[in-house]
Amino acid sequence: MKFHTFAALAACASAVLVANTAAAADIKVGLLLPKSGTYAALGKEIEDGFTLALDEAGMSEDFTLVVEDSEAKPSVGVAKARKLVLEDQVDVMAGIVSSAVLGAVRDFVDGSKVPLIVANAGNNEATGESCSPYITRVSFSNAQVNRPMGEWLAKSGFNKVYTLAPDYAAGHQMIDAFTETFIANGGEIVGSEYTPFGKTQDFGPYLTKAKAAAPDAIYVFYAGGEAITFVKQYDSFGMKKDIPLFGSGFLTSPLYVAAEGPAAIGVTTALHYVPTLNTPENKSFVEMFTAKYGHAPSEFAVQGYDAGRVLAEAVKAGASDRETIKEQLAQVSYSGPRGPLLIDPNTNNIVQNIYVYETVADGDALTQKVVGTVDLVRDPANGCKLN
Amino acid sequence: MVANADFWLTQFLNGMQLSMLLFLLSIGLTIIFGLMHFVNLAHGALYMVGAYAGVTAAASLGNFWIALLAAPLAVTLVGIFLYVAVIRRMRRAGPMNQVLVTFGLIFVIVDLVRILWGDIALGMEQPAVLSGPVEIFGVVYPAYRLFIIAVGLVVLVTLGLVLSRTQIGAMVRAGVENDAMASCLGINVERLFFAVFCVGCALAGLAGAVAAPVFSATPSMATDILIPTLIVVVIGGLGSLSGAIVGSLIIGFIQTFGAVVLPGFASVLVYILLAAVLIVKPSGLLPARS
Repeated sequence: MKFHTFAALAACASAVLVANTAAAADIKVGLLLPKSGTYAALGKEIEDGFTLALDEAGMSEDFTLVVEDSEAKPSVGVAKARKLVLEDQVDVMAGIVSSAVLGAVRDFVDGSKVPLIVANAGNNEATGESCSPYITRVSFSNAQVNRPMGEWLAKSGFNKVYTLAPDYAAGHQMIDAFTETFIANGGEIVGSEYTPFGKTQDFGPYLTKAKAAAPDAIYVFYAGGEAITFVKQYDSFGMKKDIPLFGSGFLTSPLYVAAEGPAAIGVTTALHYVPTLNTPENKSFVEMFTAKYGHAPSEFAVQGYDAGRVLAEAVKAGASDRETIKEQLAQVSYSGPRGPLLIDPNTNNIVQNIYVYETVADGDALTQKVVGTVDLVRDPANGCKLN
Repeated sequence: MVANADFWLTQFLNGMQLSMLLFLLSIGLTIIFGLMHFVNLAHGALYMVGAYAGVTAAASLGNFWIALLAAPLAVTLVGIFLYVAVIRRMRRAGPMNQVLVTFGLIFVIVDLVRILWGDIALGMEQPAVLSGPVEIFGVVYPAYRLFIIAVGLVVLVTLGLVLSRTQIGAMVRAGVENDAMASCLGINVERLFFAVFCVGCALAGLAGAVAAPVFSATPSMATDILIPTLIVVVIGGLGSLSGAIVGSLIIGFIQTFGAVVLPGFASVLVYILLAAVLIVKPSGLLPARS
């Protein structure tokens, strides 16, 4: 029996050795995404888009994915990032949904010189004052998606606006960007409120307060579960007729707008992607995604897809380790499902179109009707110094 | 901000609605704790299961009212399973072990729900007769939220009558006051516990189904509602109906008006009140046994 035990151990040891040497040719990708909590669905969608991009490039075999749950909490995100870099020794990280998590891991990513492809978190500083050559963002910056709406609302004749958002980094940045351009175009903010992030289920008190301020329109940022609850409760208070609802596009994201039901009809928002964009690249992407996952893609899917695609393009151009991946990521540009995509060399943030769209009924379902396009929105000088 | 009578009346209704929801949950928890001396942290998870059961029943049967009956039934079945499998053994195990086991149950139930229903929040359609706003006392308020208030009041009155006017209510109150003595008097305390536990679960399921159209069913429901419910039970006092309703009203109104009047302090206020009650009157404001 001793001989059998020894033989078994030897077999295991050699199997591990063989596995390790086979893995050496792979590029190890650490995906840091929320798998629980209010943004869990967004995390899943991004991961789906990411793996689709690798499949499309025919390169799924060349990458090993390690997925960790950030829970959209900064402390957990940092701990998991450490694990991915120090224990799993990943060559590149991708993901991050919450702006708060991005803010927390920024120093670690920069210090350990691991390239990070941001697939959602819109934290302005990450491609602003705290930018880093190792952080490349293919999603959006919070300011980028909201600035156009400030101008849009002012030009559409709304003079007094009340704003609402969850009380964390992204909430404040989105509303600040909107407020800046709205006031610059002659508008007035009659009131502004921030609700406890992830803990607010009842928006009744805030909606009542907003109504009492007598605005012409309401502009909000909510995403995930909070967006669904907010839109439905807004409609239930009968406010849509007198005070139209506008917001950052995540409010009526194609990912969960169906859960909002008829309450979402007529809500106008701005996003960097809608599945109804009429381009050949988008049509084929929507077809591929729907065939593989059974539902139409949302902006989170396309962000995950673009994160996977820029990585695949970087590797195709010859990148193979942390430094070369970081170099190549900044050079990638192509025409993808959301239109032209390129990385701004001044900030490492994506340069892309922003589409203003209205949620309309399409039989029993809901769809997005594009009512305006702002071309190639680029973040202005924001304090980023990339060495 | 125009802080006129309309505004305060609407906020009052908002507060009532939250209080009634908290009441539906806390009455089950407080009676279970008062009678069985059992800390059931999984109560919030049962509320969540009620919401998801309601969503599924409404989606497949197409009828809100049937879903409102099906959800408490489904949760009671889950509760019976938990009782037989876990809770019955843990009854004399001491609060620490009960907390650990029921806390673990929360994670198990939440993850099972996530596996079965996914992570995206699921909405539930309000019944046609209740959707849309109505005019009440001069303010425009969602009809469905008035329905929630009505359900809470009906349950309050029903439970009040049962506890004070019926024999079984007397047995429950006797069991809460002194279960050893009640047992000596010939009351089958075990069966009483089981019945009370089932009613508590049914109420949690009802609360979940009633809340689903307004708040959407999400996996985080289980833990979101747990802390406010526990605070209500502690402040109101263990084992009593009046404690549950008083605690619910206090917490519901502090959360609602606090969010509006003192946004930064709203959450702190609740905890300050909790600390104050624990210092001055540790058994709660209106406990069943003083």
